[in-house]
Amino acid sequence: MNKYLKLFLTFAKIGAFTFGGGYAMIPLIQREVVDRTRWLEEKDILDIIAIAESTPGPIAINTATFVGFRVGGVFGAACATFGVIVPSFVIIYLVSLLLRQFSSLPPVRYAFAGIRAGVLALILRALWSMYKQCPKGLIAYVLMAAAFLVAAFTDISVIFIIIVCGLLGLTASLLAGRKVKK
Amino acid sequence: MIVLELFLTFLEIGAFTFGGGYAMLPLIQDAVAAHGWMSTEELVNFIAVSESTPGPFAVNAATYVGSTVGGFFGAVAATLGVVLPSFVIILLIAAFFMKFKDSAIVKGCMSGLRPATVGLIASAVVTVGWSVFSAALAGGGGALSLPFLSAVVIFCGAAALAFTKKSPILIIGLSAVVGIAVGYAGELLG
Repeated sequence: MNKYLKLFLTFAKIGAFTFGGGYAMIPLIQREVVDRTRWLEEKDILDIIAIAESTPGPIAINTATFVGFRVGGVFGAACATFGVIVPSFVIIYLVSLLLRQFSSLPPVRYAFAGIRAGVLALILRALWSMYKQCPKGLIAYVLMAAAFLVAAFTDISVIFIIIVCGLLGLTASLLAGRKVKK
Repeated sequence: MIVLELFLTFLEIGAFTFGGGYAMLPLIQDAVAAHGWMSTEELVNFIAVSESTPGPFAVNAATYVGSTVGGFFGAVAATLGVVLPSFVIILLIAAFFMKFKDSAIVKGCMSGLRPATVGLIASAVVTVGWSVFSAALAGGGGALSLPFLSAVVIFCGAAALAFTKKSPILIIGLSAVVGIAVGYAGELLG
C-alpha cells in the first residue's frame, strides 16, 4: 500500500478509536506505530511524549505530525495529521447538527442538566491528575495559586496568564541554575 | 468575517495550550465568553459530547464551536486553526531540533507553564461549578429544591466514580439517566 495512504488510514484508525484524547491515545499509537508498522522504536515514543508535553497543542496532533514526518516527510506529516482529525471532525459535526435539532426537547434538556453535574466531577478528576503530575515546589505552588486567582476573579486573558507564567518559570529556573554554578 | 475570526481565535488557542486534554478548556472558555459565542452551560454540554465520542478534545472542541458559530466552514476554519500551530512546531522540531526537549530554556518555561495549567483548570472547575449550581438554584426553592439536591447528588456520585477511575462514558450515561428521572419527577410534582 502507498505509504501516504497507509499513514492516513493508520492515524484515522487511531483518531476513531481513542476516547478521551491525550494520554489515552498513547497505548493505541504505540501498538499501531511501533508494534504493527514498525515506523518507530519504543524509545521514539518516549521522545515524542516528552516533546508533546513541552510544545503547544494536542498530543494526538503532535504525535501524528511527528510520525508522519519521520515516515514520509512534510507530505507524510500532513497525511497523518489529517487522518487523526477526520474521524472526530465528521462525528462532532454530525452530533452538533443533531444537538441543535433536539436540544430543546424536554428529555434532552433533563439529561444534560444531569450530565453537567457529572461533567463537573470529570473536570475535577482531570484537575487532580494534572496536579499529581505537576512538579511541586514553592514557585510552582505560587504560580498555581496566582494563575487560579487571576483567571477566576479577573477579566485578564488566559493567554496572558500563560505567557507570564512561562516567563516566570524560565526566570526562576535560570536564576536557580546560576546559583548552582557559583 | 466569522470564519476568519474562528480561524484566528483557534490558532491562538492551539498555540498557547500546553498539555493534553482539559488543558485547553480554560482557553476555550475564555474565547467563547469574550466573543459571546456560547454560554458556559453549552460548553459543559459539549464536554460530555466530547468525552463520549472518539478523538482529541482539542479537535472535537474546535469542530463543535466552529460549527455552532459558523456552520460547516466555521468548523473547518476552527479545526485547521487549532491544529496548525502544533503541526508547524512539530515539523520544525522533527526536522531541525531534536535536542529541543533537553533545552534549558524549554524546561524553564515548562516549569512555569505546568503549574499555570493546574491553576487555570482549577478556575475552570469554579466557573463550571458556579454555572451548574446557580442554574439549579435559578428555579427557586433554594438549597432544598429538587434541581439543586439532584445536582449535588449527581456531582458526588460522579466524583466517587471518577476518582475510582470508572469510564467517563459510564459516568455521563448515569448522570443523564438520573437527570431525566429528576426532570420528569419535577414535572409530576408540579
